[in-house]
Amino acid sequence: MEIPYNHEARPDTGLYNAKVGIWLFLASEVMLFGALFSAYILLRVGADPGTWPHGLLNIPIGTFNTAVLITSSVTVVLGWAALQMGNFAAYRKYQAVTILCALGFLGIKSFEYKDKFGHYEVWLKEPVTVKHGQKEVKTDRLLGHIDYNGTHPYFWKTETLAAKKVESFKFAPDPYHYTMSAKEMAHAKRDSAGIEHAEIEIKSSQVKRLSAFVPAHSTFFAIYFTLTALHGLHVLGGALVIAYIWGPGAKLWKTNPVQYTNRVEISGLFWHFVDLVWIFLFPVIYLL
Amino acid sequence: MGATTHAGHHHEVHSDSHHHELGFWQKYIFSTDHKVIGIQYGVMSLLFMLFGFSLMMLMRWSIAYPDTPLPVLGKALQHVFGPDALPNGAMGPDLYNAFGAMHGTIMVFLAIVPLAFAAFGNYVVPLQIGAPDMAFPRVNMASFQCFFLGGVVMFASFFIPGGAAKSGWTSYSPLATLAERGIMFNGQTFWLIGMVLLITSSLLGAVNFIATIIQLRAPGMTWMRLPFFCWAQFITAFILLLAFPPLEAAGVMQLMDNLFGTSFFLPSGLMMGGTTPVPVSGGGSPLLWQHLFWFLAHPEVYVLILPAMGIISEIISNNTRKPLWGYKSLVYSVFAVGFISFIVWAHHMYLTGMGTKISTFFQTTTMIISIPSVIILTCLFISLWGGSIRFNTQMLFALAFLPMFGIGGLTGLPLGFNFSDLHLHDTYYVIAHFHYVVAPGTIFGLFAGIYHWYPKITGRFMNEFWGKVHFWLSLIFMNAVFQPMFLQGMHGMIRRMYNGGATYAAAANQVGLPPEIIDLNRWVSHGAWFLGLAQIPFIINFFWSIRGGKKVTNDNPWDATTLEWDTPTPPPHGNFDKPVAIYRGPYEYSVPGHATDFTMQSMPDKAAKH
Amino acid sequence: MEKLLGLPVLASEHGAEVDKFIIYVHYLMIVLFVGWGAYFLYAIWRFRSSRNPKASYAGVTSNVSSYLELAVAAVEIVLLVGFAVPLWARVADKFPPEKESQLMRVTGQQFAWGARYPGADGKFGKQDITLVSSANPMGLYQLDDKRKAEDPEGADDINLPANAEIAIPVNKDIIVSITSLDVIHSFKVPAFRLTQDAIPGLRLPIHFKATRTNTYQINCAQLCGVGHSNMKGIIKVVSQAEFDAWLKSKAGSAPVSFE
Ligand code: HEA
Ligand code: HEA
Ligand code: CUA
Ligand SMILES: [Cu+2]
Repeated sequence: MEIPYNHEARPDTGLYNAKVGIWLFLASEVMLFGALFSAYILLRVGADPGTWPHGLLNIPIGTFNTAVLITSSVTVVLGWAALQMGNFAAYRKYQAVTILCALGFLGIKSFEYKDKFGHYEVWLKEPVTVKHGQKEVKTDRLLGHIDYNGTHPYFWKTETLAAKKVESFKFAPDPYHYTMSAKEMAHAKRDSAGIEHAEIEIKSSQVKRLSAFVPAHSTFFAIYFTLTALHGLHVLGGALVIAYIWGPGAKLWKTNPVQYTNRVEISGLFWHFVDLVWIFLFPVIYLL
Repeated sequence: MGATTHAGHHHEVHSDSHHHELGFWQKYIFSTDHKVIGIQYGVMSLLFMLFGFSLMMLMRWSIAYPDTPLPVLGKALQHVFGPDALPNGAMGPDLYNAFGAMHGTIMVFLAIVPLAFAAFGNYVVPLQIGAPDMAFPRVNMASFQCFFLGGVVMFASFFIPGGAAKSGWTSYSPLATLAERGIMFNGQTFWLIGMVLLITSSLLGAVNFIATIIQLRAPGMTWMRLPFFCWAQFITAFILLLAFPPLEAAGVMQLMDNLFGTSFFLPSGLMMGGTTPVPVSGGGSPLLWQHLFWFLAHPEVYVLILPAMGIISEIISNNTRKPLWGYKSLVYSVFAVGFISFIVWAHHMYLTGMGTKISTFFQTTTMIISIPSVIILTCLFISLWGGSIRFNTQMLFALAFLPMFGIGGLTGLPLGFNFSDLHLHDTYYVIAHFHYVVAPGTIFGLFAGIYHWYPKITGRFMNEFWGKVHFWLSLIFMNAVFQPMFLQGMHGMIRRMYNGGATYAAAANQVGLPPEIIDLNRWVSHGAWFLGLAQIPFIINFFWSIRGGKKVTNDNPWDATTLEWDTPTPPPHGNFDKPVAIYRGPYEYSVPGHATDFTMQSMPDKAAKH
Repeated sequence: MEKLLGLPVLASEHGAEVDKFIIYVHYLMIVLFVGWGAYFLYAIWRFRSSRNPKASYAGVTSNVSSYLELAVAAVEIVLLVGFAVPLWARVADKFPPEKESQLMRVTGQQFAWGARYPGADGKFGKQDITLVSSANPMGLYQLDDKRKAEDPEGADDINLPANAEIAIPVNKDIIVSITSLDVIHSFKVPAFRLTQDAIPGLRLPIHFKATRTNTYQINCAQLCGVGHSNMKGIIKVVSQAEFDAWLKSKAGSAPVSFE
């Protein structure tokens, strides 16, 4: 039994089944990410002053990753176009680039994640004096890195201190804090560029709260990790499908080139959507 | 031609289908045939419905006789859920809450949606539009497998430490996150994982239905010749497609809250037991969950009703032997319902401190959406006029649907105005309202559908006598159960109390619930138990008729007009044993000058005349 | 009609309007139900196959129905514009002046209600989320040795421990701001035709005027855990004089850690 309009378009709708399917699926995806974005807006608008972190994400890397994804978007189109011309070899090359870009993107993202997991904020019971840029400030909230006898631990939280029986630890404070305005923060970063800022000693008894930049740190990182991870999963999924069609699935090209080209087109549409999400995600989360 | 038997065809079909005979697993377990998948959905959802109902029958004992040991079952349940869940055999509040949350979840997501949408939709829609199968048979199978897994996860959650989710089917945060916080993979986590699976299943299904209806309509099956049932399923699919993802997002966020200690839905400064701070960052918003949840859950309620409306429309037209009155306005009305259902959700949140502007908006939309429902019902009522009504079992259920849904719908109005909701919110009035729409409403519609299409699916009729017994008993006891709840609700008796309001009994010099209102609980509970007994004739009839029922002698036993009756009985893999073409609208009954009082969509004009 | 619908004892000013409104809506519902119900029964009797063997292809040709539908819509609009919206605006927005009203704060927690009254000065002490701790769940300045001085108004506040009986004066505007320490509860007093969810992190004000002295029950209407069905509070409506005396008797009660 043969399902009609599997490969050829239905005259009155002008579409073949899978094309209708993918558009519908993408519509639901829009609702999925739409919900997460509106959650982001609601949380940000509702946040108490001084509690919404900003300027903690690595914009250069983010920008580079954006470029990587856009490139892949282009090569997907080129690959599909080549295939329609019947030029299988060219398609193979272009799509190979797409897959490499996808892997590159994921690699860079995981590096970004790792960097966050070892970066800390500590809330102190009594304020201490540190340098923010040029000037000295008294503050009870520090960003920075933990240096626990030579190691830079990941994922520590308040409970860890007790669990590990840590009396005290060294802490290399960053010369800024997100309670500053974006402008001040930029200045502080610039003024202290290159300067080795002194580590300070922090007693566990002094710590009110300690958290790495993990989802539990704040609703900002919660939504950041949720959105980017969900997007990352889409990238991974898309890459796997494209890679399958590119590699083992390529047999179909010999037997049924039309259907094969359709598959490439469908996976391409999905890929464009995944890029589009990132195009929204990057400015909203990194820049705003 | 519809009247001629396909006995002959049968053999052909079998012989030519021999060379692609499938093995048992291929045919019944991992089938990609929409009809088999429909049956899989049907049987599993019916079992879940029975299960969900059984939970409630147990809960009704606790409501009627708080803290008294469950007769017979008390001890047995202790062995399953542990002694402290049922102190000396009586249902404790924790178990009650778990059962309550799961009753709601199971009835909505594992019983009604899969039965009304997935089961009937899968079996009937491709047949009615003249398609050989769904557009994506393998996706269809995947959809059922996700549903199956989701069901397994939900069911398993009863037997894990801490028991099943116990924060209501609405799973409001912070409760959903803070209850059982000690256990990482607690009932709520299972619930969320289960939901993600069920949502995925629905999304796959929805994509498939829409694509099928758009792409696979047989030649001549124009949009305005679609049977109304297909329209209902089409809109339902869109609602699922667009309303479910936000809940999936919310589910993911609540999972993060439960597993990774985030605070999406947890505000700052939470205190457990009045003195222990909750160790989270805070800064989240409990209302965010409610908005995301109701953004799904209101459209969801129309997912529960539209397929049922589709079913009864088919049956009413068939058994009045005349066209549906106002087919066009019916179609436009479901469209309207579909759209508007996305902008009324906050009428579930009137009392979360809503200002006048927002509440005015949502009251208005809520009133607007009631209009298309009024139109739909009116059309169906008027369709009766001038008919020649056959009172077979499915018609009885279909007719009863109208006033029952009417009651449920009408009582939605005082809830829809927030000024009256001020008093009625979270009372049994709400419970009564929506049970009238989903139980004697939707469930009756589904029963009607089962009696109607059973002969096509099995080749045998269900027993009429026992069918009618099933109908009358169900009708009586449904009303015995839900009518008194309106009274209790008006008196301000609130929901989700394991002791049925004993706490709030009026005392000397203290205003409270009058005793007679609390005593109604006993009456209602007995109603529910008898309603349970009333299902026995159905269950026996259902299984017995598969082998023992009267054989159909004709592929079109109800003298119907739609395409599914123009297939061999039961339809083979691929459905139609001849090319299909459509010549007319779906409800050409009693056409003046035609030979029979029904003219099938597939019948050319010439043939129809004589 | 109240009896027929089973509306309970009424003891608040706006409650009277709520009841009236509920009754109007039910008139509409009953008219529709009886009207259509009668038609329905007649139709299925009149057009049973034994009595009417040949169905009519055309069916009803007049368009009375559309007028019916329009009528329903019209009535709904009247109810909405004429009643629901303005009445809701009154309860939700138009608050009485604070000076003439009795202020109080009610806090839900698993599984009890607690209340705070401002002292003679009619002002509440300051609170700050950052002071919240096991010793000071509400983050009261009064309970924080360092900040206490900054908060003279709080000194005379009256804090009733959870579960204590609450009293309010009769025939006086009451402004209650409602919140919760842990999960969502809902402050519901059926006799006052009043419901307001108690949501942690939000302080939601409501106002009403009790019209009958008696003892009423505070229901917790929102599922809040294992104790939900037992989370009952007692609220007494008493004469102004009795109220003042009662409040005096509670005065000086140290700000209890849980509220
Ligand atoms: C199938 C399910 C279904 C349907 C169709 C509806 C339909 C409607 N519902 Fe209902 N509703 C639920 C399921 C449903 N609801 C559920 C499950 C809840 C509770 C969730 C929870 O809190 O757990 C709920 C709760 C609920 C609330 C929240 C109450 C509260 O929590 O305080 C509100 C408030 O506006 C509401 C309103 C409405 C309205 C205005 C309609 C309208 O669409 C109704 C329109 C229909 C009509 C107006 C009838 C027209 C009939 C005639 C004109 C003829 C009648 C006469 C005869 C038949 C003889 N519903
Ligand atoms: C579609 C949804 C649906 C359906 C059909 C039902 C059906 C029923 N519900 Fe439902 N109920 C809910 C959804 C539903 N419920 C929800 C969402 C809640 C709120 C939960 C919460 O508070 O969070 C609720 C809460 C709720 C309460 C309030 C509990 C409380 O607040 O403390 C009560 C109380 O009586 C109740 C009773 C019933 C009864 C007696 C039925 C009966 O009508 C059931 C009738 C069932 C049948 C007649 C089916 C019989 C079985 C078969 C025919 C299968 C046969 C099997 C084979 C052939 C294999 N329900
Ligand atoms: Cu508190 Cu229910
Ligand atoms: Cu709703």
